[in-house]
Amino acid sequence: MLKQKLSCMVAVLFAMLFAHLVSAQELPPLPNPPKLVNDYAGVLTDEQRQLLEDKLVAFDDSTSTQIAIVLIQSTGVYPVDDYAIALFREWGIGRKEKNNGALILAAMSDRRMTIITGYGLEGSLPDAICKRIIELVIKPRFKEQNYYEGLDAATTEMMQRVKGEFTADESYSSNDTNSILPAIVIVLAIFFLIFSVRIARVRRYAQLNNIGFWTAWTLLNAADRANRGNRGSNWSGGSSWGGGSSWGGGSSGGFGGFGGGSTGGGGATGGW
Amino acid sequence: MKRSFIIIGVILLIAFIIYRLFAGTYNQMVTEDENVKNKWAQVENQYQQRMDLIPNLVNTVKGAAEFEKGTLTAVVEARASATQVKVDPSQLTPENIQKFQAAQGQLSTALGRLLMVVENYPNLKANQNFLELQATLEGTERRIAVARKDFNDAAQAFNTYIRKFPQTLLAGMFGFSQKGYFEAEKGAEKAPEVKF
Repeated sequence: MLKQKLSCMVAVLFAMLFAHLVSAQELPPLPNPPKLVNDYAGVLTDEQRQLLEDKLVAFDDSTSTQIAIVLIQSTGVYPVDDYAIALFREWGIGRKEKNNGALILAAMSDRRMTIITGYGLEGSLPDAICKRIIELVIKPRFKEQNYYEGLDAATTEMMQRVKGEFTADESYSSNDTNSILPAIVIVLAIFFLIFSVRIARVRRYAQLNNIGFWTAWTLLNAADRANRGNRGSNWSGGSSWGGGSSWGGGSSGGFGGFGGGSTGGGGATGGW
Repeated sequence: MKRSFIIIGVILLIAFIIYRLFAGTYNQMVTEDENVKNKWAQVENQYQQRMDLIPNLVNTVKGAAEFEKGTLTAVVEARASATQVKVDPSQLTPENIQKFQAAQGQLSTALGRLLMVVENYPNLKANQNFLELQATLEGTERRIAVARKDFNDAAQAFNTYIRKFPQTLLAGMFGFSQKGYFEAEKGAEKAPEVKF
């Protein structure tokens, strides 16, 4: 009995040793704030990184499908796919109930890469397709060190195949509050700015004319109203403020975070 | 009179505590057991997928190249004997799992040999159909590895739970026994490393 238990324990120990279990400490930590494009190897320019990020975030927004890119120097002793699966599960790429995440991971100095798909994407991105994307889309470009072009083309190809499989839905609502909050803060800040400028102006006016604050306030208000009537056409130029909202949209459209998706190990690997 | 009331109350309380303990332990065992079965289904599912790929693979190889019969027959035979070994999900004993693993391991070996020989056939390596099958096979091997690891994790959680006190006293009574593990591959059984 004891012997049996002992051999069982030894077997488990060996299984753990040989399964190349990647422990969480060896993985890059979850980026904060969360990002879909994580270039730990420093091969993309800031601009390229941002372009990819915007593209993938927009895709996440419209289809709830999360395609993450991770570029690292090396996966150490682990095969690139084992490493990627561990990272995929640790970060939880994709929505929890749909498992619709995908991870493109490349180890630059190992010259190895892998595409790992979540359970939910195995239908639209079968292994053979992932292999084809690696061999025909990424590999030739990576060989010429066109890393951005390779990733850009690969994500475009993946998006086309996944499109229509999933749509954004209510599970995304937690993310919506995230994107509304910065917008509210910005609007409040603008109001505060306008208001404080106005108060300063009223103060000066009150001091200059030696009248009370509220008297100055009413007087100025009346004067402004009269002025506005005169140059009404000028004020329509104020609608250019509306353009500011697109600026607000840019900063609020950030990635809302990974959704806790998992993978069964679908996908493909390759080298370049 | 009053005293007997207290005694009855205490007895009822103890009975209730024991009941809760039994019920809680039993339910937890059922939950863990179901989890193991669920993970086992994944393992079987992935191995089944590999078996489903084989007829197609064999036909493609046969069609594209003058191939030595021996390697192909070995794959077909190993597949046939692997289909024979089925494990009842309620009997996931170490012996049964070992048997299952041995049968599938033979198929892995035969497949590995086939893919190695294929290296000598350039026209096969340029065959689109074969390349897709090879990529799918490679992905399936990886999914098998993941499913096995998940199963081992679940089995370990179950085994740890039923061996702890006081569950260890109750597990036998409820008819729960330890689950087996998949063991690390020994050299030849290692999944074929498919390189392009």
